[in-house]
Amino acid sequence: MRQQAKLFLLRHGPVLLTIVVFVLVYFVGSQMYPAMQKPQVFFNLFINDASLLLVSIGMTMVILSGEGGIDLSVGGVIALVSTASAALLRGGMSPYTVLPLMIVLGIAFGAMQGWIIQYLKVQPFIATLMGLYLARGVAYIISLTSVTITDPVYKQMALTPVYIPFLSNVYIYPTTLIGPIMLLVTIYLSFFTRFGRTIYAMGSNEQSAVLMGLPVARTKILVYAFSGFCSALGGIVFSMALLAGYGQFATGMELDSIAAVVIGGTSLSGGIGNVIGTLFGVLIHGTIVSILQFNGTLSSWWTRIGVGLLTLVAIGIQSIYYIRQKHT
Amino acid sequence: MKETSFLKRIRDSQLFWPLAAWAIILIFNAIVMPDFFELNILDDPVYGKHFYGNLIDVFNNGAPLILVSIGMTLVIATGGVDLSVGAVIAISAAMGTVLINPALGNQLIENRILTENTTRTPLPIIILADLAAGAACGLWNGLLVSRAKIQPMVATLILMVAGRGIAQLITNGQIMTIYYTPYFWFGNGYILYLPVSIFIVAVVFIAAWLLVRKTPIGLFIESVGTNATSTFYSGINEQNVKLLAYTFCGICAAIAGLIFSSYVHSADGNNNGLYYELDAILAVVMGGTLMTGGRFSLFSSVIGAVIIWTFTVTVYSLGVPGNALLAAKAVLVMLVILLYSDYSRRLISRLFARKGTRHETAS
Repeated sequence: MRQQAKLFLLRHGPVLLTIVVFVLVYFVGSQMYPAMQKPQVFFNLFINDASLLLVSIGMTMVILSGEGGIDLSVGGVIALVSTASAALLRGGMSPYTVLPLMIVLGIAFGAMQGWIIQYLKVQPFIATLMGLYLARGVAYIISLTSVTITDPVYKQMALTPVYIPFLSNVYIYPTTLIGPIMLLVTIYLSFFTRFGRTIYAMGSNEQSAVLMGLPVARTKILVYAFSGFCSALGGIVFSMALLAGYGQFATGMELDSIAAVVIGGTSLSGGIGNVIGTLFGVLIHGTIVSILQFNGTLSSWWTRIGVGLLTLVAIGIQSIYYIRQKHT
Repeated sequence: MKETSFLKRIRDSQLFWPLAAWAIILIFNAIVMPDFFELNILDDPVYGKHFYGNLIDVFNNGAPLILVSIGMTLVIATGGVDLSVGAVIAISAAMGTVLINPALGNQLIENRILTENTTRTPLPIIILADLAAGAACGLWNGLLVSRAKIQPMVATLILMVAGRGIAQLITNGQIMTIYYTPYFWFGNGYILYLPVSIFIVAVVFIAAWLLVRKTPIGLFIESVGTNATSTFYSGINEQNVKLLAYTFCGICAAIAGLIFSSYVHSADGNNNGLYYELDAILAVVMGGTLMTGGRFSLFSSVIGAVIIWTFTVTVYSLGVPGNALLAAKAVLVMLVILLYSDYSRRLISRLFARKGTRHETAS
């Protein structure tokens, strides 16, 4: 029993630590600002960071796949999807055509990057950097200014509150649900399917994964396509939340999401970590932002400093942890 | 026979590909807009007589990127990467402006005092403070990478995220404008008809070149990048080599920030040096230095940075709107990817090789 507990701790240490850090940060915040104890504030974390959560889920899978895997294009895809959907809706297209189209766009975009990385042997950093430039550039070509969305379906999705059962007067929006649903899907994908286990095998050692006969090439393209899919969903959520599309949306979101993934206990060298940690990484990011908002006198740049410091702490804990693990 | 080996040597040289890429852009310019190469002498009332033209613009506007690329080359050669250079540029720019005029936007100050042409700190101290800030940032990155053994990408990510916050903290979130004219000299002044920034770049480049080619440090950096463990067992302190590379990169970024803020007469914590880390990495990769570390060439990286700015100026003079530049840049990266991929390299060497054999049989 004790042995089992020890094994469990060793295997899931970083994720558990992230959860502890989140609880601590939230607890400190709610002691400082009693208004944070309201359940609505907790659910606001999901509302405000809906697209960050989606993007980070995709990013986690890409980083897990190893070999320097990283997707810098996520913010660009959000900008592109929001601008393209806004422009198409303004052109009179039905939202029921626009939404699938945007998802196809995201998947195709991601798959293209994956193909370049896999078959042209380009480092993911460079290939997805090109994706970032391309997506943002195309968004600016579509429209140099912000395009507002007046479509009734979008408005309804954005403004209908969904009340949480058992809690009085606590609500979220329909778009907020996409992130958690995607999280469940990804947990299933990563732990219970061949696709997920191939990703972990690739992340630990790509060469041996190839030698084992795993479909590495296909999986790598699929991982980037999956990230593109998540970013497209993030873009849709983003454009629904702001009811607009603009090439400057989500600047620097790739960094926030990498930070969230790292805080969540995923190793940037691949193969270690999971999306549950990422959820808490995103929640920590949201908590810092809401503490700053409750304070009111602190300015927005403290968010960046706070996220940077927390990344440092998370990495510090992780590296101590892995050294300990190596010794045992 | 001798000719082929000479051709092969050129083809194998790290300089060949970046120079070829630059030549392609320049030839394109020569065909599409012959006036791209025009150089005029302009009699400026403030800065005196100087050259004026697109090529001068390439080097003057590209100076910060060239500087950052020089530092980045050394870091990448050790097998690392420095994502924080953009943030360090912002910090350095913020330092410079705050030391010139610490009057912050949240205090009520007469406009006359705010816009007067004086400084609160002597110029040499401002420069030293900028360099010290850059060195401190680089040292921080270097310590995290070499002593705490954190992956370079994560270690520098911390400062990349936090650095812009720090820059805004320094300027109290304001976009600060500089009215002190001697400070403008770094980005706008001229020596011998040429921009000052070119001379700054030249000095830094020569210093870096002497450092890595006339002392063993260059060899140490290459060996750390090739195999850090075996370098350690050969008795070289690989930790200090890395520390030096990151510190040097920080200083380069600080100088870039100085030129940048001097050129635009202001400091903006959010937008100064935005995407510079990505451009600099692109420049280094275009220069043929592998991101896994090892062999490097400073001059190739400089050419890489010059290519990026030649391309930028070209796109601007073609009349493409500034925001769409990103899409054009993506096309550039795409071309680089295609040109540098193993597949196309094999194709080109096969073409050359076939020619070589034919030559041999003919003789």
